[in-house]
Amino acid sequence: MNVLDIRDLSIALPAGAERALAVSRVSFSVGKGEILCLVGESGSGKSVIAQSVMGLLPRSLPLAAGTLWLQDEDITRAPEARLRKLRTTRMSMIFQEPMTALNPVMRCGDQLDEVLRFHTQDSPGDRRKRILNILKEVSLPDPERMMASYPHQLSGGQRQRIMIAMALVLDPALLIADEPTTALDVTTQSQILKLISELQGRHGTGVLFITHDFGVVAEIAHRVAVLRLGELVELGPREEVLRRPRHEYTKMLISSVPGLVPRKKTDAAGAPMVLETRKLSKTYVDRRWIGPRRDVRAAEDVSLELRRGQTLGIVGESGSGKSTVARCIVRLIDPSSGEVRVGGDEIATLGARALRPLRRKVQIVFQDPYRSLNPRRTVGEALVEGPLNYGVPRAEALERARKLMALVRMDAQALDRYPHQFSGGQRQRICIARALAMEPELLIADEAVSALDVSVQAQVLELLEEIRARLNLAMLFITHDLRVAAQVCDRVAVMSKGRVVEYGDTEDVFLRPQHEYTRALFEAAPGRGFAFGST
Amino acid sequence: MRTILRNWSVRIGGGVLLVLIVVALAAPWLGTVDPSLFDAASRDLRPGQPGEITTLEGETLKHVFLMGSDSFGRDVYSRVLYGTRVSLLVGLLCALLALSVGIACGLAAGYFRWLDGLLMRFMDGVMAIPAILVAITLVAILRGSLATVILAIAIPEIPRVTRLVRSLVLSIREEPYVEAAVALGTPAWRIMLRHILPNCIAPLVVQGTYIVAFAILVEAILSFLGVGLPPDIPTWGNVMAEGRSQFNDYPHNIFFPGVFLALTVLAVNILGDGLRDTLDPKMAKRV
Repeated sequence: MNVLDIRDLSIALPAGAERALAVSRVSFSVGKGEILCLVGESGSGKSVIAQSVMGLLPRSLPLAAGTLWLQDEDITRAPEARLRKLRTTRMSMIFQEPMTALNPVMRCGDQLDEVLRFHTQDSPGDRRKRILNILKEVSLPDPERMMASYPHQLSGGQRQRIMIAMALVLDPALLIADEPTTALDVTTQSQILKLISELQGRHGTGVLFITHDFGVVAEIAHRVAVLRLGELVELGPREEVLRRPRHEYTKMLISSVPGLVPRKKTDAAGAPMVLETRKLSKTYVDRRWIGPRRDVRAAEDVSLELRRGQTLGIVGESGSGKSTVARCIVRLIDPSSGEVRVGGDEIATLGARALRPLRRKVQIVFQDPYRSLNPRRTVGEALVEGPLNYGVPRAEALERARKLMALVRMDAQALDRYPHQFSGGQRQRICIARALAMEPELLIADEAVSALDVSVQAQVLELLEEIRARLNLAMLFITHDLRVAAQVCDRVAVMSKGRVVEYGDTEDVFLRPQHEYTRALFEAAPGRGFAFGST
Repeated sequence: MRTILRNWSVRIGGGVLLVLIVVALAAPWLGTVDPSLFDAASRDLRPGQPGEITTLEGETLKHVFLMGSDSFGRDVYSRVLYGTRVSLLVGLLCALLALSVGIACGLAAGYFRWLDGLLMRFMDGVMAIPAILVAITLVAILRGSLATVILAIAIPEIPRVTRLVRSLVLSIREEPYVEAAVALGTPAWRIMLRHILPNCIAPLVVQGTYIVAFAILVEAILSFLGVGLPPDIPTWGNVMAEGRSQFNDYPHNIFFPGVFLALTVLAVNILGDGLRDTLDPKMAKRV
């Protein structure tokens, strides 16, 4: 018997949305002990399906048609009271961001206890035993301490384990995991994935696993359902879908996933040096009124070199200091010590006035396309702002903006519109154009494609590559994604805890990693068994 | 803009305010006489009673006292209508003054870290003194005039605006588009004016309406206490102050300006609530 049966499910979108249905006639089932991965890009309706099963649909998205069966019970229009009984006993959900899913002012143990108190008649002693057991089962060290901890005292991975423990403490038949590892670092992600498949196997839980990441799919799925704009386009066993996708869209998605095999490096041996950092360090000092001061070393002794025409990647997990290095180079923050040379000029210690003429040479593209453009200024204004600052006449700056729009493959009419009228990928193109308007020597991409869907990501990467080659730019590419780094970078620096632990040609680092941390990073990369990007 | 006008709070509050503005501007044509005219023969008339009033030229006119007259024989109706001008003007100018100084201080404190501590502690100091006390003291020192009253009411509001702007600046200055502007070599003042300030406007408009309401109220209080505008200027507070001693016998002297005052403050506040709901949905949920 199936744990979850979704039949002809349609969910309406509010009037005036880009399409009538968020989810349109979707049918699939999750069997006992099976992991079904629901894959799709943003806006495909995958989270909406999860919410409809849990009975958590917002009022603006009414169920239009279809039925939902949880084991042998029709829960399509179950009353709230019944759904509340079913949640955590028969179906559970874990979310992307464990920090916001947990109550920050309650101890983890109490939050788990609340679940048991509501759903069981167990005595306090029994409940405690049960909590300790499940915490042991999700491999949390020192369960006693975990129970007494507040969510902020735990790491991201530990918090997600608490969430999983809470979801599984009553042994539900169905577990819905909505992007549960997206907010986590790769090494933590691989542990959590392992944990989920282990627990699921042991308990025979059916899992509906929602993700946008084909690496994760390759790692964990038994079957795969591909969703596109609310429609189910492909459904089949993992090997079938990943190796022999039938639908065009699936093929496109899978071919957009960058491979882990490094590309050929460009030869830049004789090219002039654009960027040189020597022993660059940034220490944040936390001075308190009472108690000792605390130093946080965000970056320590980072020495990098980058020549014209070359792409240097900085790879690392969150908190490794990679963005700190980038921000020091752009001088958005002041380095604590060390040198930063851009085209021969030392800029690490320059004052604001002396720095200004040199700002032009280094430009940066940020991660979040939705916050990188001022919502109250038109695209055109954003594009001419830089040149106008350096005395370029307005007409000439506008002409340059028009040419740049063509370069990033956008319509010149977009110049008169506001950022909210564009998609994430388009905005990122605009940001690239804005950076290029300054005619920089060094372009820094700080996780510039991380927030984009995989198909859009592939396009933007291609664009960046084309522009780098055409304008013979030096590019500093900061990413947490090893696949992206493999495709874009000639050289990579792997950072961990503020230090560069490995630095060399991409090929050497990827194929013959020396440092223990680099090796761990590669081992954790999801979907290594599948040769993505080769099709 | 269209979503703003669709909001009922905005419609009602804005509509009432619009009527009041029209009344204030058109006061001379609404059957009023010069509000400073008086006639000993028409003292303490009840609302709606006819009487007569003497112009400055010594001419005596027949006049119906719609809202009665006060103990000098002045027409309360005319004084209330002309008082609308003063009240609205005081409200508006106070808000503009408090907003402009507050925005300047808030931008500076939020953007320049080194200035932050100094400026904000000073603002904390100003905030520690009760607003009415500041106003009374200032008026007492500088003597009551329109400018003094506006200044006296606006000053205690400045720290509140400064705090609001500073908190907005602190979050907006971390936005990537501001960092991008820094990288584009945009000077600090232009970043503040072009990138940060326009993104603070919504909460500031809302705050502005509350200041307007508060200022109108405080002006009336000051005038009522006799430390506001000089008694010869018709304001609601002055009219009420004069009616105070005869409240038991002639309540209309206080009733009518009171109604106008309550209506205006209510309208401005309702407008503010509506604007808050439409301009800043996040804030609406929290408050």
